[in-house]
Amino acid sequence: MDRTKIDLWVGVFVALGAAALLGLAMKVGNLTSSKIGDTYSVSASFENIGGLKPNAPVKSAGVVVGRVADISFDSKTYEAVVTIKIDKRYQFPKDTFANIYTAGLLGEQYIGLEAGGEDDVLKTGDKISQTQDAIVLEKMISQFLYNKASETDKEKSAAPATSEPAKEKSTELGDAPF
Amino acid sequence: MINIIVNMVSRLLRGIGSRMIARVWRLGAGTRLFMLAIVYSGESFRRFHLTLREVYFTGVMSLLIIIVSAFFVGMVLALQGYNTLQKYGSSEAIGVLVALALVRELGPVVTALLFAGRAGTAITAEIGLMKTTEQLSAMEMMAVNPIARVVAPRFWAGVISMPILAALFSMVGVLGGYLVAVPLIGVDDGAFWSQMQANVDVRADIINGVIKSVVFGVACTMIALFEGFDAPPTAEGVSHATTRTVVISSLTVLGLDFVLTSFMLVV
Repeated sequence: MDRTKIDLWVGVFVALGAAALLGLAMKVGNLTSSKIGDTYSVSASFENIGGLKPNAPVKSAGVVVGRVADISFDSKTYEAVVTIKIDKRYQFPKDTFANIYTAGLLGEQYIGLEAGGEDDVLKTGDKISQTQDAIVLEKMISQFLYNKASETDKEKSAAPATSEPAKEKSTELGDAPF
Repeated sequence: MINIIVNMVSRLLRGIGSRMIARVWRLGAGTRLFMLAIVYSGESFRRFHLTLREVYFTGVMSLLIIIVSAFFVGMVLALQGYNTLQKYGSSEAIGVLVALALVRELGPVVTALLFAGRAGTAITAEIGLMKTTEQLSAMEMMAVNPIARVVAPRFWAGVISMPILAALFSMVGVLGGYLVAVPLIGVDDGAFWSQMQANVDVRADIINGVIKSVVFGVACTMIALFEGFDAPPTAEGVSHATTRTVVISSLTVLGLDFVLTSFMLVV
């Protein structure tokens, strides 16, 4: 095989490699989707952030509007301070709610923003005051078990008198939010 | 009686010791060859057609085996992954599984193993035979540095080829996984790609995979070159050297993979 043909094949080889890398970055990786332009950062305090991690998405109405930039611990209030970066294109009122949600039952955690009604908008350095902590599954389960146990105790003591209220309560339990 | 036992034990210890020393000697000689290859690599870039020719033999000629095996590896990953994931009702995550497994681990590692078998052995046998037929000595007689003329171009060709082959392996593997997951099993097309894109990070996963494959390229090519250079100039010596190339390259790649991964995940 003469040299020019080798050149051609090596060229094809290198081009294939470059195309594969580009394909990996564009199609498999998140080079295109995670692009956030200019941002402004606001902070929010939570009593419990659960499994929230830096770079977790910040969503509003399900659309990614920003990312979690930093998580730190405030030793005065014993709260977690989460700094989030929001895309400059999106403005939120000052009384916006910041909640920590879980994607799916056991998925990753993200921050959901629910816009309030005020006219003033959030700017860099502002603090979101209305927050809701992450739901900790263990806490909920133990609470549920504790309630259940106290219910059955009550049922036992109230059973001879009337069985009606106990029945009512058990249906109430059935409507528990989980 | 005691004399015999002492004799046996000392012979055993001497055997272990000399084998260890031989290993360390080879490690040192291999490192020296590596350094020399880097020092004398100027010519392989000045006369780039030398390197290009080697890229053709190590890279282009390995394309077929890499692409075919990547295709099957991707398809098998999708099949096996689906089998387990659907038990937990998350069969859409199959794209993530296939892509992460390929980009992080299987792409660089399997490519390196195939490379050691396909190209490494060829390098060792070629250089071993050059040595046996005294071509290397002849070059030295003609004031041609065999390291600059023979070793360095092959070294750089291996280092250039490996990341390209690994990237191709990952991409073709993902396509193979797609082919099984979407048309064959019936996973949703959009969920397959979007979950993949949401969970594969360009820097942490793809760039790290490329870094791994470059390191494997250096290791595999260098081992193949050294074994060829170090082979006893007999038919038997060359055959043993070729076998050692595959064994040592494979073990080195797997060991290095663990070390590199532990460095990358700690960050």
